[in-house]
Amino acid sequence: MPILSFVTFAPLLGVAGILALRCLGKPDDPKTIEASKWIALVTTLATFALSVLLVAQFNPNDPGFQFLEETPWFGGLYYRMGVDGISVLFVLLNAFLMPLCIIASWNTIKSRVLEYLIAFLILETLVTGVFCALDLVVFYIFFEFGLVPMFLIIGIWGGARRVYAAFKFFLYTLLGSVLMLAAILFMIGTTHTSSIPELMAYHFDPAVQTWLWLAFFASFAVKMPMWPVHTWLPDAHVEAPTAGSVILAGILLKMGGYGFLRFSLPMFPNASEMFTPLVFALSVIAVIYTSLVAFRQVDVKKLIAYSSVAHMGLVTMGIFSGNVQGEQGAIYQMLSHGVISGALFLCVGVIYDRMHTREIAFYGGLVNRMPWYAAVFMLFSMGNVGLPGTSGFVGEILSMTGAYKASTWTAILAATGVILSAVYMLTLYRRVVFGTIENPKLETITDLDWREIVIFAPLIVATLFMGVQPNSVFNLTASSVDQLVRVYQAAIGA
Amino acid sequence: MDPKLLVTIILFGPLIGAAAAGLFGRRLGDNLSRGITTGFLFLSAILSWVVFSKWTWGGLEPFTITYAPFIHVGDFVSNWSFRLDALSAVMLVVVTTVSSLVHLYSWGYMADDPSKPRFFAYLSLFTFAMLSLISAADFMQLFFGWEGVGLASYLLIGFWFHKPTANAASIKAFVVNRVGDFGFALGIMTVFWAFGTIEFAKLFPLIKDAVGQGWDFAGGRFNLVDLACALLFVGAMGKSAQFFLHTWLPDAMEGPTPVSALIHAATMVTAGVYMVCLLSPMFEYAPVAKHIVVVIGAVTALFAATVGLTQNDIKRVIAYSTCSQLGYMFMAAGVGAYQAGMFHLFTHAFFKALLFLGAGSVIHGMAHEQDMRRYGGLWKYMKITALVMIAGTIAITGLGIPGLEIGFAGFYSKDSIIHAGFTLGEAGDPLGYFAWVIGVFVAGLTAFYSWRVAFFTFNGHARWTSEDLEHHWHNRDHAHGDDHGHAAAHDDAHQEPDHGGHEHKPHESPWTMLVPLVVLSIGAIFSGWFFEGQFIGHEQHEFWRGAIFNAPTNHILEHHEAPLLVTLAPLIATLLGLGYAAWMYLVKEGLGARLAAKGGPLYTFFYNKWFFDELYQATFVRAAKVLGDLFWKGGDQKVIDGFGPDGVSALSVKVGKGAGRLQSGYVYHYAFVMLLGVAGLLTYALVAWSA
Repeated sequence: MPILSFVTFAPLLGVAGILALRCLGKPDDPKTIEASKWIALVTTLATFALSVLLVAQFNPNDPGFQFLEETPWFGGLYYRMGVDGISVLFVLLNAFLMPLCIIASWNTIKSRVLEYLIAFLILETLVTGVFCALDLVVFYIFFEFGLVPMFLIIGIWGGARRVYAAFKFFLYTLLGSVLMLAAILFMIGTTHTSSIPELMAYHFDPAVQTWLWLAFFASFAVKMPMWPVHTWLPDAHVEAPTAGSVILAGILLKMGGYGFLRFSLPMFPNASEMFTPLVFALSVIAVIYTSLVAFRQVDVKKLIAYSSVAHMGLVTMGIFSGNVQGEQGAIYQMLSHGVISGALFLCVGVIYDRMHTREIAFYGGLVNRMPWYAAVFMLFSMGNVGLPGTSGFVGEILSMTGAYKASTWTAILAATGVILSAVYMLTLYRRVVFGTIENPKLETITDLDWREIVIFAPLIVATLFMGVQPNSVFNLTASSVDQLVRVYQAAIGA
Repeated sequence: MDPKLLVTIILFGPLIGAAAAGLFGRRLGDNLSRGITTGFLFLSAILSWVVFSKWTWGGLEPFTITYAPFIHVGDFVSNWSFRLDALSAVMLVVVTTVSSLVHLYSWGYMADDPSKPRFFAYLSLFTFAMLSLISAADFMQLFFGWEGVGLASYLLIGFWFHKPTANAASIKAFVVNRVGDFGFALGIMTVFWAFGTIEFAKLFPLIKDAVGQGWDFAGGRFNLVDLACALLFVGAMGKSAQFFLHTWLPDAMEGPTPVSALIHAATMVTAGVYMVCLLSPMFEYAPVAKHIVVVIGAVTALFAATVGLTQNDIKRVIAYSTCSQLGYMFMAAGVGAYQAGMFHLFTHAFFKALLFLGAGSVIHGMAHEQDMRRYGGLWKYMKITALVMIAGTIAITGLGIPGLEIGFAGFYSKDSIIHAGFTLGEAGDPLGYFAWVIGVFVAGLTAFYSWRVAFFTFNGHARWTSEDLEHHWHNRDHAHGDDHGHAAAHDDAHQEPDHGGHEHKPHESPWTMLVPLVVLSIGAIFSGWFFEGQFIGHEQHEFWRGAIFNAPTNHILEHHEAPLLVTLAPLIATLLGLGYAAWMYLVKEGLGARLAAKGGPLYTFFYNKWFFDELYQATFVRAAKVLGDLFWKGGDQKVIDGFGPDGVSALSVKVGKGAGRLQSGYVYHYAFVMLLGVAGLLTYALVAWSA
């Protein structure tokens, strides 16, 4: 059974179902809407079950690609799929977050609900495809088309300045895409193959590597996002609906890091080594600069968005450290950030749904009315500051350890992030949650309802489980990462 | 019973209690939540003494249980484990004894608090984190416990979340500790890349061969072992509130008093000392790092004692006293007398917890008043509290008879530290004399501020009656005139709960609070006398059994003859401090207040804690705010967005198409500009890299 294609395209069955309903019934009928929500939920849950099955069947001792699929497509192009230890968990993460997004949108999206659900389901297909694709062209299609549903989610269901945010998001991403496309065309022209495994084994001339690396870098750096091409992210987050933010922070940002791991390091090792100081410099700036910016924010969502940029700085640093600790740390940091930042955006969504403002100063004293919310928000805040026992710690300490080997200065400067993250996160928490209720509008605010508890429960379990049992993840990633590092170090002659 | 099972129960009991009270507290109700947590703690405490006795007298061998893997990435290997040796055995009894007594005490102290389950859950959670810290077999679990106790400390300092001062203090504690952890983490990384392991058992045998090895760090070349130890010590400085990173501890007194006793006196803040002793196989080969430890310890001991002389909040005096005593412990470790440092940690846990809980009993009886200027003459109203506080005061000041070797707990441990300083000086290290001089001098200061608390509180005229109030407020405003820091806000905050509370009489506390006080005072009186032989005396080798390493050249704890004056010096200093305090607060009652009112530069300097808060506020806090604004409004909005997307938008407005409309022409325009920028940036980087 071509399980990868099945996981990837399963959400489209939901799309078909919703479209069928739309054609048969009245699109605005509440019953149609309700049924569509259930279709979307069941589809995403089924996809999640499939991806669990995928991970369960995954052989952790095989460093290469598994569940391979290869079929001729058209015009000499091939459809190739496969996952290894680096990509398989991102498929799981995506499938894990999607049902939560559907539940989170259940009551909050009031207009064009069917289109909204369709956008999410298509997005799930495209994102999964990114992590499963083993062919450059297929990858590029998934990678770039993934932009479109997100662009629509922000532009149609977003906040007041949604058009500006969508526009900015589009501009930045487009810049990278154009360059990456040129590089891909060049690569296919030179090597006469678009198979990713074959390209990974191909040795590009170091001078060529430099240009190819830069072209891919432009695309991945925007997606991460790295400083200084990060300013689209806070705007996109602020305007996006809650579920859009969850997917944006939880999964879309990881496409950049995945790209570095899948393309830059194995295909252009010499260029990667050459540009390592640049990446380190940008990473360290991201950690310090955006942490300080986060500290001064007045909008809850913007603060968390900036915090995401800082956390992604640790990821790029870990990836380019070129040792096992750094790579594992970076992968772990991405997975953990997917859970924690997703959860934090959901935490913001909880109070936004009730009060329709994200202004920090509006809040204060929430713990008095919302003790369970306070506890949940505390847990994820602590995850975000990398407290040991939560998943946030493992990735942070490992990526810094990895960077230390490559450059002690990088590790030192990045480690200031552990101080700064505590500063902005605890200040935020204090201003929103602690204190007494001063704002009379908050006096009737209600604690988490059962739907929100259902959303948070799996995220809490994931954060804590990954905090105390990270080895269950490392067992899956270890052999692929070991091979990646071995090949990389051999290529750069280390 | 199998000791492995025992320590497992000791470790996880408090966690079960914390989970039960924390998650199901409302369903279980106050009494059941308190009962479960306290019950598990007493179980842990009893079993800890069983394990400790087996260790001390039963010949129990050291062992390590591995529960589960934690992080295994290449050589970066860490496991969830329990390491039992002399050090962890000592810490087991310290932590569980004080914690169980504090749990019991809190039944009375927190009787009126509406969130009891939450409080007890936090206390038990703290205990679990602390136990996982002391039982770690590698740096990652150590770090887990280290930050876990930090979390519990943060939650408990800010327990009364409606108080702005408590919230500020909790964040300060967490952040300053993070500064320490920054060094700690870099130390761990240094150890890992230098030795290829973070497991203690594998690491320690490798140290000896690394002596003299260099290490590149931050552009310089350092002696490897010294560098690693110094970085790790930064972590200890944060957790144990040593000079430069001490500012959070006094503010931490915003938390409920049982918390101050447990976390900020007896256990968590001693984690730094514990770490240095645990890492003695490293520090013994790090002469420079050891000197740093001595100097920081000595300066902290002196600094905190001078500030403690002038504070009026009873808890703050004791907090500075803690800070100062921790300085002693580090001095001991730095001169190589780790055993003496651990001994002082052990005795200090009893008498400092006693002093804090005693202070809590006074505060409880005085309707939450913490200002000693509103105490006085309380002996009549709370005799048991007064007696145990005096026992604690004698213990901390280290009164005893040198020739006969009889005294209260602090006498044995503190004198051995001071003496070790002198011995090191005799052995040729002038820093030893430095430690000795500071140690003796601070002993005098300790006696003064400790007895000042006792006399000010229990003797003299009652200053809390209503007729004295007006006079009092006058003085108070004057004293606070130049205090723009936390003290003023702090005092104000404490006026909230007691609406005219001073009209009713001070009272003695309930039995739940008195029992822990009495138990602890037994420890404060006898623990030094009883355990001297094991910790620093004739049986020390059998007791420690290799848990603490002394280099072959380190003979600091062997018996040395010293001149009579050297032996007597601490006692003389203590008696002078006691005499001066008695003269000032008993004989010439009111002299202290007059001196304080007069001010004077030295008093002002001490009273304002050497202006550390103001300094940090003006530098670090301000810089973070200014830079944050600059990067946000200047960097992101003006430069990056200004030249980027907003520039494009502005252009489109100019052309009259309306901002934000998607015009493909501008997209390309923009893409082109960005392309040029990226290319320029990369070219620059390339040049810089190849240069």
